[in-house]
Amino acid sequence: MTPLPPFQNVLDEHSATVMGILRGAVGRDGAEDCFQETFLAALRGYPKLKDASNLRGWLLTIAHRKAIDHHRARGRAPIPVAVVPEVAAENGLPGPDAGLWDAVAALPPKQRAAVALRYGSDLPHAEIAAALGCSPEAARRSLHEGLKRLRKELA
Amino acid sequence: MKTAIDPRTINALRGRAAEEGLLDVAYATADSPFGTLLLARTKRGLVRVGLPNQDADELLADLADRVSPRVLEAPAELDEVRRELDLYFDGKLDHFSLPLDWRLSGGFRQRVLRAIDRIPYGQTRSYTEMARKAGNERAVRAAGSACGSNPIPLVVPCHRVLRTGGALGGYGGGLPMKQALLELEGVLDGRSST
Repeated sequence: MTPLPPFQNVLDEHSATVMGILRGAVGRDGAEDCFQETFLAALRGYPKLKDASNLRGWLLTIAHRKAIDHHRARGRAPIPVAVVPEVAAENGLPGPDAGLWDAVAALPPKQRAAVALRYGSDLPHAEIAAALGCSPEAARRSLHEGLKRLRKELA
Repeated sequence: MKTAIDPRTINALRGRAAEEGLLDVAYATADSPFGTLLLARTKRGLVRVGLPNQDADELLADLADRVSPRVLEAPAELDEVRRELDLYFDGKLDHFSLPLDWRLSGGFRQRVLRAIDRIPYGQTRSYTEMARKAGNERAVRAAGSACGSNPIPLVVPCHRVLRTGGALGGYGGGLPMKQALLELEGVLDGRSST
């Protein structure tokens, strides 16, 4: 078992990545808040973390939960959408269709993270795989399953 | 991906972590006449002082392992420690009033270190005396190694412990530092004694 490094090292090493991804997912203003929430949640859970081998993936998963919370909190009247967009919005920001994010939030963890990383942060499959600590093939599968489920939910 | 992070964001994070009681180990560096010191505290008090010749990364990894992995740089939490050390190095403080966290030493070692903590400024004791105070006069060697492993040097003044007869003995920060500290406290007058 890898011993847990001082949390400061984790912060130094990954804060830029987390901030970059959060800016992509929720925009510059929201990112500050989500960043705080992400690292506070990480700090709370850190001593209980069993495996220090994929700290980046662990942090990104938390960051995406916080980004989804952020979208849900800001979502007003949810607009049901018939089709899930297959590509990220041009500016990287999801539209006001908060119902979509509620549905994303309700997905099983792997699928949720894969969808959020792909469409919230515009990461390629290989990066998603690295963040989730799985193979690119498994990442693709999680994404596919997640999208299938979203289509069914939102149809 | 390199994204610039506003230092205020990190500061705010530290503040909220402190408010929530999540700063298990707060640390900072401090300048001294001997070089950079590493200072670390817990909620109980000062737990570790790293001397300039010690590897700060190793000390922090050790704290993460033995105290808590929630180790964060938080200079404001160490302000009082830094203030007292500055006064001490200026020769304006002869008694530290900092709360200490003794958890890094146990048993006989801790008893030796607590006895050392009571040696007044500007005085010295022998390793034998410290062994006796800790309850085992014959454990002189163990008393010496307790000094050597002192996690809170300077504040717990292991530099005031000498060999019987007055030879300097050893010091984690190197003998020149021990000698300089004793000169600062007026114990040695600058002539070399090893």
